[in-house]
Amino acid sequence: MSPEAITTPVVDTAKTPPDRAYSRARAARRRKVLITAARVLVLVAVLGLWELLSRSGTIDPFNFSMPSKIWDQIVTWVTHGTALGSLGEQIWYTLYEALLGWVAGVLAGVVLGIALGRIAFLADILGPYIKVLNSIPRIVLAPIFVIWFGLGPASKVASAVVLVFFPVFFNAFQGAREVDRNLVANARVLGASDRRVTLQVVIPSATSWIFTSLHVSFGFALIGAIVGEYIGATKGIGLLVAQSQGTFNAAGVYAAMVILAVVALVAEGLLTFAERRIFRWKPSGSEN
Amino acid sequence: MSANTSPAIELRGASKTFRTPSGGLHTAVRDLDLTVGRGEFVAVVGPTGCGKSTTLTLVSGLEEPTQGEVSVAGEPVRGVGDKVGFVFQQDATFPWRTVLSNVMAGPRFRGVPKAEAKRRARAWLDRVGLAAFEDRYPHQLSGGQRKRVALAATFVNDPEILLMDEPFSALDVQTRALMSDELLELWEGTGASVVFVTHDLEEAIALADRVVVMTAGPATVKQDFRIDLPRPRKVESVRLEPRFIEIYREIWESLGEEVRITRERGAAHVA
Ligand SMILES: Nc1ncnc2c1ncn2[C@@H]1O[C@H](COP(=O)(O)OP(=O)(O)OP(=O)(O)O)[C@@H](O)[C@H]1O
Ligand SMILES: [Mg+2]
Repeated sequence: MSPEAITTPVVDTAKTPPDRAYSRARAARRRKVLITAARVLVLVAVLGLWELLSRSGTIDPFNFSMPSKIWDQIVTWVTHGTALGSLGEQIWYTLYEALLGWVAGVLAGVVLGIALGRIAFLADILGPYIKVLNSIPRIVLAPIFVIWFGLGPASKVASAVVLVFFPVFFNAFQGAREVDRNLVANARVLGASDRRVTLQVVIPSATSWIFTSLHVSFGFALIGAIVGEYIGATKGIGLLVAQSQGTFNAAGVYAAMVILAVVALVAEGLLTFAERRIFRWKPSGSEN
Repeated sequence: MSANTSPAIELRGASKTFRTPSGGLHTAVRDLDLTVGRGEFVAVVGPTGCGKSTTLTLVSGLEEPTQGEVSVAGEPVRGVGDKVGFVFQQDATFPWRTVLSNVMAGPRFRGVPKAEAKRRARAWLDRVGLAAFEDRYPHQLSGGQRKRVALAATFVNDPEILLMDEPFSALDVQTRALMSDELLELWEGTGASVVFVTHDLEEAIALADRVVVMTAGPATVKQDFRIDLPRPRKVESVRLEPRFIEIYREIWESLGEEVRITRERGAAHVA
C-alpha cells in the first residue's frame, strides 16, 4: 500500500511540467509554421508582382525579364546544358576557383594574423603596409590578374585570395590579441613552450573570431571568382552572366544569380555545420 | 651543493611598479624581503589589493621585478621555470578542453606520453572528486568544481614549489576542509614548498608553518609569525585548540590594523 501512496503524488507533480513543456513546444511549433508560411507568402507576392508587372508591360520584360522565364532558363540549362557546356561544369568551375582562393586566403590570413597578433615586432613593421593594402579597392585588381595570369582559373583564384585575405587576417589578428592573459599565464606555468601557447591557447581562443570572418569571406571568394570570370574566362558562372548579357538574355543573367545564391547558401550551411561541431565547448546553444 | 642548502624561494628588496592606463605609475610591491625554506608552508595574509598576487607572479617568473632579486632554489628567476606550480586567483581552465584534457595539459606540455598523462590526470580527478565529470567542458561545471579542476591540473605536475592564490575561496565549506587536508597530506608527502595566499586567517594558521602579514599596499612584510601547532594537523580539529585561538588573536591584531588603513584609504578616495 505504502509504495502506492508515495508514487501517486510523485506522478501528480511530475505530470504538470511535461504538460507545460508540451504546450510550450506546441506553441513554438505553431510559431514556426506561421513564420514559414509568411515567408513563403512574401516570396510568392514578390515573384507574382514581378511576373504580373512584366507580363502587363508596366516594366520592360526585355530588361527585367520575369520569374517564369528565369525558371525556364534554369530548366533549359539543367536539361540541355548551356552554350558553354553542361551547367554542372560551370558551377563546378566557379566553385573550384572560389574554394581554392578561399582556402589559400584563409590560410594566409590566419597564419599572418596569428603571427602578427603574437609577435609585436612583426606587427609594428608590417602594420602600416597592411593598412594601406586594405584601403585599396581590391576588386580593381581582378582585371590586372586576368592580364597577369590569363583566362584560366589562376586569375580568379588570385582575385578570390585578395578579397578573402583581409577580413580573415584582421579577425585572426584581433582574436590573437584578445586572448585571455590568465590562460596564457596558466599554460606557461604548466610548462607550455611559446609554440605550444600559440598552437594550443591562442589559436583555439581565436577560432570564434576567425569563424566569424569565414562566413563573410566565402561570399567574398565567390565574388572574386565571378568577377574574374566576368572579365575574362573560358568557363564558369561569371562567364555565363557575361554571355547572357552579351546576347541580351536578361533571364540568363538572373538565372545565373539564382544558381549562385543557391551555391552560396549551401556553402554557408556546411560552414555552420562545421562550426557547431568545432564549438561544442561553448556555453551557448541548446545541446545537453 | 649550494642548490640544496639554499632556500626554496628568496625575494630580496623586490619591487614591482606597474604603468597604469592613465600613464601614472603604481607600485604594487615595494622592497619586499621574504624567504621560504625548503619544504616550508608559508601563508600570506594582507588587505585586499596590497600586492599578494603580484608577489606570486614575481616568484613564478611570469613578471619580472622592477627592482631587487628573486631566486628559486638558489637560482635567480629568469622566466617561467619548470619547478613551479601556480593556482591562480582567477578562473584559468581552458574552456575548449574537457576536464580530463585540462588536467592532462601540464604533463602533455612537459612531454609526458599521452597514456601516462591520462593515467595521472585520472588519479588526480579522483582525488578532487571529479572522476565522473572527466568529459565535461568547464562551462558545464560549477565554480567550485572548476577550481578543483585547476587544483588537479596544478598538482598533477608534482611541483617543487607551489604558489596558491586564494585557491579555496570559491569552494564550499566541506570541500574546503577536505581539500585543505588533502593539500596538507600532499605537501607532507612531497616536501614541496608552498606559498599560500588567503584572506581567511583561520585557514592560514591551520595550514601553515609561518604566517606572513603584509602591509597595506605597496606590499612589504609587516610581521612574520611562526605557527608552532603540532603536525600532522586536521584543519577542523586544530581550529579548536586553545593555542590556535591565542595565535589567531595575536595575528589579527597585526593584520586588522593594515585592513583598517586600506579601508580608510578607500574611503578617502571616494570622498
Ligand atoms: N597589470 C597591472 N597594472 C596596473 N596595476 C596593477 C596590475 N596588476 C595589479 N595592479 C595593482 O597592484 C595592486 C596589487 O594587486 P594584487 O593583485 O597583487 O593585489 P592582491 O593583494 O592580490 O589583492 P586581492 O587580495 O584582492 O587579490 C593593486 O592595487 C592593483 O590595482
Ligand atoms: Mg590577489
